[in-house]
Amino acid sequence: MTDMLFRPAPQPTVGYGNVARSELTKLRTLRSTYLCAGIIIVAMVGVAWIDGYRWHQILTDGFKGDRPDFDATLQVLNGVYLAQLVVGTLAVLAITSEYATGMIHATFSAVPQRRAVLAAKAAVVAGTTLVLGEALSFVSFLFGQALLGRYGVSLSDPGVLRAVIGAGLYLTAVSLLGLGIGATIRHTAGGVSAFFGVLFAPTLLTELLPTDWRSAIINWLPANAGSQIFTVVHPPGALQPWAGLGVFCVYAVLALAAAWALVTARDA
Amino acid sequence: MLRSRLPREDLRHDDYASSSVIEVRGLSKRFGATLAVDNLSFDVLPGRVTGFLGPNGAGKSTTMRMIVGLDRPTRGTVTVLGRPYGEHRRPLHEVGAVLESRAVHGGRSAANHLLCLAQSNGIPAGRVDEVLELVGLRSARRKRAGNFSLGMTQRLGLAAALLGDPQVILCDEPVNGLDPEGIRWIRGLLRDLAAQGRTVLVSSHLMTEMAVTADHLIVVGQGRLLADASVEEIVSSSARSYVIARTPDADRLDVAVRTAGGSAEPEPDGAMRITGLPVAEVGELAARHGITLHELSPRQPSLEAAFFELTQDSVEYKSEVSA
Repeated sequence: MTDMLFRPAPQPTVGYGNVARSELTKLRTLRSTYLCAGIIIVAMVGVAWIDGYRWHQILTDGFKGDRPDFDATLQVLNGVYLAQLVVGTLAVLAITSEYATGMIHATFSAVPQRRAVLAAKAAVVAGTTLVLGEALSFVSFLFGQALLGRYGVSLSDPGVLRAVIGAGLYLTAVSLLGLGIGATIRHTAGGVSAFFGVLFAPTLLTELLPTDWRSAIINWLPANAGSQIFTVVHPPGALQPWAGLGVFCVYAVLALAAAWALVTARDA
Repeated sequence: MLRSRLPREDLRHDDYASSSVIEVRGLSKRFGATLAVDNLSFDVLPGRVTGFLGPNGAGKSTTMRMIVGLDRPTRGTVTVLGRPYGEHRRPLHEVGAVLESRAVHGGRSAANHLLCLAQSNGIPAGRVDEVLELVGLRSARRKRAGNFSLGMTQRLGLAAALLGDPQVILCDEPVNGLDPEGIRWIRGLLRDLAAQGRTVLVSSHLMTEMAVTADHLIVVGQGRLLADASVEEIVSSSARSYVIARTPDADRLDVAVRTAGGSAEPEPDGAMRITGLPVAEVGELAARHGITLHELSPRQPSLEAAFFELTQDSVEYKSEVSA
């Protein structure tokens, strides 16, 4: 073994930029990405339209009195609740479709540094969601307020700008939660189910608990905690906006940490 | 039903060549109760096509997946170009692997599939069209890979493997799903790559395919090494090889052969079928005893027969009645 013909060549760097560029190409060369983006746009803008118009009618016709619980910001950002389902599904699919098709073998053969792949995928999915989410939050808000007219609020009102920016941030955190769950579970159906489960199941399950237990934990559940960031008129007992987003991010980080640990431990 | 069977001594190369490109050492892989790969050691050398031959379920694919780091060995090590695959950065420049016939997302076009792999290793986008041309998929570059036939998918896999112009090429069952023209093309391509000095490892369960493609064979059965030798060595060392002799002095030759430890049986056409002695020894024996020979020729079994002989104990499922 002294006269080795192939001495190990000096190694280049991993090239994190290359891996990120590759992941961006993967995202933008699938029709499903554009289909999902289209649904998200329709959901956000459509809900702003319907709710802006509807609440303008309701407030004009009947409830002219003081409505302290009316949240003119949240009402036109309600599309986030629909959009999050599509964002999460897209994020789950971003990784599980590679396992389903066998593409993951090509991916990990090309980049054996699997955590670099996971990090690049997270950056690309979250970055895309952030850009799309922020743009749609502002468009939906401005469109909705125009329809609300004199019942509306402006970005300079207390907490409103934070809520509008927060809607995009929440969707970004949702995308990371979806990716973490998808990379942990690796199967599309299981991954999407688990994502929906994390969002909805805890709320349903807490219905079974005694009332005092229920009220102690209900505000810490992912959906309830995360939604405070795009809410201006908070329900009693709710977490503070940034604290709520932080709690939601903890769930996303837990899912990503599981994926991070498992991606190198398991056979591809 | 695991019967222990050591690799035949005459088919082992213990003096591992120093220019080994792929080094497999004591490699084992266990999936639950199944030992898919069992203490496998071999080397793959450059400049020739090495066939990785064995019946279905012999552990060939698992071994190839361990070579490129997709599966983690239970025991043992494997290095490519002197280091474990996982320590390679931008490995497409060094190793190209066609492992799964469908390691591609069906929703992406052929060109975009190759583009994202190229980008991950910093390979210029222009290389995508070059490899598509090379594998004959130029006209299908915009087609979604999900609509490809199995043969086209194999070609796309090869295009991906060639992206970085690597010196090591691994192919798992490359002729599966190819039509005769495609099979001839891939044989030629693999032989050309080896002739350029590259290292080519091709797995197959078809010995006829290996007989025409490979220069050297690594034969496995039930995860264990059965032989590591050239095609000729495997054929000629088979117990089924024999010598045909024609002589007017059959009785004396018969005695001489038996004395020397061989055995002889008369053939229907009057020739003698001698087993247990190499042809040269039979010739020298005849000369020493002054026996006239009219014909003396070695007869070898086909690679197929040699393969069956090597693997007969190790096939997982076999039919009750053998032909």
